[in-house]
Amino acid sequence: MKKLKKIAEHTYELPKEGKMKVPGRIFISDKMVIEEDALKQVANVAHLQGILDYSIGLADMHVGYGFPIGGVAAFNLKKGVISPGGVGYDINCSVRLLKTSLTKKDILKKQKEVMEALYRKVPSGLGRGSKFQITKEELKKVLKGGAKYMVEKGYGVKEDYLHTEEEGCMEKADAEKVSERAIKRGIGQLGTLGAGNHFLEVQYVDEIFDEKIAKVFGLKKDQVTIMIHCGSRGLGHQVASDYIKKMEEKYGFKNLPDRELINAPITSQLGKEYFSAMSAAANFAFANKQLITHWIREEIKYLFPNAKIDVLYDVCHNIAKFEENIINGKKEIICIHRKGATRSFGPGRKEIPKDYRKVGQPVLIPGSMGTSSYLLVGTKKAEELTFGSTVHGAGRVQSRSSALKKFQGEKVKAELTSKGIEVKSGSLKSLAEESPQVYKDIEEVIKVVCDIGINKKIARLKPLVVIKG
Amino acid sequence: MKKFKFLEHTADIKFQAFGKNIEEAFENSALAMFTSMFEGKVNKKKSFKINVKGKDFENLLYNFLEELLFLFDSEKFFLANIKNIKIDKENFKLDAEVFGDDTENYEIHLDVKAITYNEMFVKEKKDNWVTQVVLDV
Repeated sequence: MKKLKKIAEHTYELPKEGKMKVPGRIFISDKMVIEEDALKQVANVAHLQGILDYSIGLADMHVGYGFPIGGVAAFNLKKGVISPGGVGYDINCSVRLLKTSLTKKDILKKQKEVMEALYRKVPSGLGRGSKFQITKEELKKVLKGGAKYMVEKGYGVKEDYLHTEEEGCMEKADAEKVSERAIKRGIGQLGTLGAGNHFLEVQYVDEIFDEKIAKVFGLKKDQVTIMIHCGSRGLGHQVASDYIKKMEEKYGFKNLPDRELINAPITSQLGKEYFSAMSAAANFAFANKQLITHWIREEIKYLFPNAKIDVLYDVCHNIAKFEENIINGKKEIICIHRKGATRSFGPGRKEIPKDYRKVGQPVLIPGSMGTSSYLLVGTKKAEELTFGSTVHGAGRVQSRSSALKKFQGEKVKAELTSKGIEVKSGSLKSLAEESPQVYKDIEEVIKVVCDIGINKKIARLKPLVVIKG
Repeated sequence: MKKFKFLEHTADIKFQAFGKNIEEAFENSALAMFTSMFEGKVNKKKSFKINVKGKDFENLLYNFLEELLFLFDSEKFFLANIKNIKIDKENFKLDAEVFGDDTENYEIHLDVKAITYNEMFVKEKKDNWVTQVVLDV
């Protein structure tokens, strides 16, 4: 890491070298260990055409496909490129937070029942698919309309999608740009969590750090929240694969430092097609969480007939978008790539739901399994420093194979139970693979983003029930 | 000879597969991919004939594994073994018959999202073939 130059607290520059068009900018604390390969990926991204200001690595960064996870890059619309590697395979892997009228006490009385009911109702879908079967024509409508379409079909209320990034629907989505293969992979998977780090968690508000803003978001101490973390499943994965191949055929990778940075000019036909297909996959993910929200409501209301469940907010973690930002002192629409990163807009932005607009956008940061998650708020500083972006989670530090050698699913489960957390998973192996110790310390990640001012801490959420794929 | 071995990778799955010829190395690559999702005996209750094309060996391996992943998601197919695998080394074409069972009968613990070109190679060594693949999970 000798190349890194400290320029401010938790802020380092990766100087411009060789054919890098801009420097890199890394936001980490001295305590964090960074993989050399992830730094190299930040530098590689800086080679891309039309990149603005600097290539960013956030506090949760680790090695990804082409771009690092925890990576952010913005591009000029005329000169810049769009890259599937800058979005990731799991397009719109994202987090939705529900707030309920229940308290911790209510859940503790029926903790196991809640776990069993949610586990039964919300499948991981791994190897089993979804019980929600739809026709190809309907799926195409889902791809076009996202969460909004699901609500129109009766799976939720208008307030759900109004409290979702992009109001639960990327407008440029075009189902015709999604391949037959992608549709076949995804058609049986709507309403499923998937595996890996995806989960469903019943939590309670353990601590409030900002009473005023927490009140605006409708949260108080001991209140129960439910967090859903999932993405666009096989459909999104196939869209990414398809366009990586198409872009490679059309543009090749000769001038790139890494084959995985394959891209297309934003203004090109293929660039536009990828954006339309990616938007469709993003809508699949929005619809996926909408359907899961509907099922959660059914189950919770069965167990607690008077419970009220609202969407607090829903944020994208893997996405490319067109957003306004200040570049060289002037307003400009940029093409932002957030890969394992969250939008973090400050007060006043029109993209923020009206009822939150005065205080800023809610930012949802899930912890690793069994640890705390955080509700933060975006800031103007984030718009200045990171193109309105922040971290997405703790960030993995250990491989699955070493996790399997070190941890046993049974023990991980027992440890969580001893902490008062009920956990249920389709497989014990996946519990070992996702053991909390394989992730960075979420507290340190949160400290960095709050210290540099790209977020403000609002509330800490602790798990009571964890459902894993 | 070992069929395959898994290597360290922070977030994803990385493996090398071996074979006395390219066909066997490809077959073992497919078995490695499915082993990362579930380890154990898999029955042979259904089969598919597949043929894929590529532009080079890596591209052919990518397309072969992606075809199996496609069958996994769309046909709920879990691979047990492969028969009559033939690779046309000049034209980068592959034909094979794959046997396996319904995914629902197994406790799958990992979701393979995609095959990647990350560190991928297909190499002919002195007396065997070796492939290396990183799966995005």
